[in-house]
Amino acid sequence: MFLRYFIKFLIYVLVLISFSNLLLAASDENKYEKKTFAFDGILGKIDKASARRGLQVYTEICSGCHGLQHVAYRNLVDLGLSMDQVKSFAAQFEVTALPDEEGEVSMRAALPYDKFVNPYKNTNQAKAMNNGAVPPDLSLIIKARAGGASYFYSLLAGYKDAPDGFDTGNGYYNVVYPGYIIAMPQPLYGDDVEYLDGTEASLEQEINDLTVFLTWAGQPELNTRKQMGFKTILFLIFMTIILFLSYKKIWKRVKSGVV
Amino acid sequence: MSNKGKGNRVIDWIDYRLPVFSTLKHTLVDYPTPRNLNYWWNFGSLAGIFLLIQIITGIVLAMHYTPNVDGAFASIEHIMRDVNYGWLIRYVHMNGASFFFIVVYIHIFRGLYYGSYKSPREVLWWLGLIILLLMMATAFMGYVLPWGQMSFWGATVITNLFSAIPIIGTAVVEWLWGGFAVDNALLNRFFALHYLFPFLIVGVVILHIVALHTHGSNNPLGIDRKGPQDSIPFHPYYTIKDLFGLSFVLTIFFFIVFFAPDSLGHPDNYIPADPLKTPAHIVPEWYFLPFYAILRAIPDKLGGVLAMISAIFILFLLPWLDTSKVRSASFRPIYKKLFWLLVIDLIVLTWVGGKPAEGNYILIGRIATVYYFVHFILIVPIVGLIEKPKPIPNSISESVLNNSAKKEG
Repeated sequence: MFLRYFIKFLIYVLVLISFSNLLLAASDENKYEKKTFAFDGILGKIDKASARRGLQVYTEICSGCHGLQHVAYRNLVDLGLSMDQVKSFAAQFEVTALPDEEGEVSMRAALPYDKFVNPYKNTNQAKAMNNGAVPPDLSLIIKARAGGASYFYSLLAGYKDAPDGFDTGNGYYNVVYPGYIIAMPQPLYGDDVEYLDGTEASLEQEINDLTVFLTWAGQPELNTRKQMGFKTILFLIFMTIILFLSYKKIWKRVKSGVV
Repeated sequence: MSNKGKGNRVIDWIDYRLPVFSTLKHTLVDYPTPRNLNYWWNFGSLAGIFLLIQIITGIVLAMHYTPNVDGAFASIEHIMRDVNYGWLIRYVHMNGASFFFIVVYIHIFRGLYYGSYKSPREVLWWLGLIILLLMMATAFMGYVLPWGQMSFWGATVITNLFSAIPIIGTAVVEWLWGGFAVDNALLNRFFALHYLFPFLIVGVVILHIVALHTHGSNNPLGIDRKGPQDSIPFHPYYTIKDLFGLSFVLTIFFFIVFFAPDSLGHPDNYIPADPLKTPAHIVPEWYFLPFYAILRAIPDKLGGVLAMISAIFILFLLPWLDTSKVRSASFRPIYKKLFWLLVIDLIVLTWVGGKPAEGNYILIGRIATVYYFVHFILIVPIVGLIEKPKPIPNSISESVLNNSAKKEG
């Protein structure tokens, strides 16, 4: 009885979801392409080499305009950097030091415990330097957009020449961005960086590496989460079976009318 | 205690003065339960467990959270990144809220199908509805705490509903806000109330259980128990059944927590709140969508608010709106079909609630809203009068024995 109802219910829900997705696709403004990544799925993982290349793309290209305020330099150890590498990476940037004994405030080199240094002093400066549009912080960009990594990838690959007569005003034409006009000029063209590990910096390679890096930046727990999840679910399935068999055994007395 | 003298002497000494142990034993061990409860009766204890999960994870989260407009968003990221297993605790809390609602909604539908609101269980039904109202308030305030875009704009939309109250509306809204806009004062009080309300829920849950145990559980046949042959003790029969159900639901729950933790939330809530930037579509959490759809179906603000409130308050009147003397829909051929129609109606309302209020969505939303009220105000009372129920078995044990005979034959 229960199982039959439950299966029926699941079928209804699936039909409903696919039905609503169909309607959604018709009205959705973001026409991003569904991409597959190594971190997708139950056993998916962040590819650390790719994320390190993404860090390079972020540092050399994106960080001029976009912050990464929730990520600390020390977090880069997760991507396979040694503590010394992290220290020298952080030392390239400057942060405001605490007031000294005379109350004077000076600058010091960033340390591993500092968060990624923001390119702007405040939002007003960000606005003033970018025609009034504030470049969003990238720490959570993958989680904060419908479509996630696929949307992000498609957006960076979505810069095209505007159709004749299409006025983009101060912005740029992008087939993926809602409304087609995006304030950010095309950031990547291919060969924008020279990868430290010698990988060829094609446009797809750069976009993919950056997507992997920012997915990690938004969900640094992803690898642990999926590994832990796999074990937890296996355990729960096993426990459910054991409890089901116990239930059947205990209830035999009731079903046969003994109790 | 029945086994007095055999038990632990300390326990006996305390129990003689304060009967905690015998009360627990009566509630969780001896409690005579109808022998024919099906899996739909699992959802009561499941709801209790999700309440506990929410309280435990919530207390830990509160230790690391900053209830201030400048620090709230960053403190959530601090929990997600720096607190040991903070991401797990927060994902359990986030999705636990959703599962609490799923489980409670199924529990309510169970009551609707098997007539669990009928005499003598009206007060039990009311207490359950009060729990639902408290849950909604708690969940709404909890969603505001991360201070993301949906937090902020959801709070703005919902608190503004109070401005629909004639004459004193604006004053009430400013009183709720503690100022002239949704800001720090509101975030602070929402945090305080979000911490308080779960304990109010615990209180009402205790009353709910006391009311339940006064007349005992209803059952799929909807008939009263005639004698001891109709009951079995709660332990071990229903403890093991509830444990199996729990394990099954936890498997689904943790699948979501570990592999799709953000699938039930809105991506915009990972954007920090910005009072100057309204999101394209402001949508509440999925479990509020049917009520949101009803709110928007009425073209008048006050009317919409009244309709939304009535959608829940009408359930308080259900014991008197339902004119049928038969509890279980199993013996009510017409009501049974109408019940499933109501389920579909609510799924449609949920779906419309998540869509922008434009074009055909408005029409579908209005039809579904009208049907929701027609179901309770017209259909339920009339069907109860004209329907001819199927023959009802004499007793639970007789029906159970017939069933097992049929299976063997």
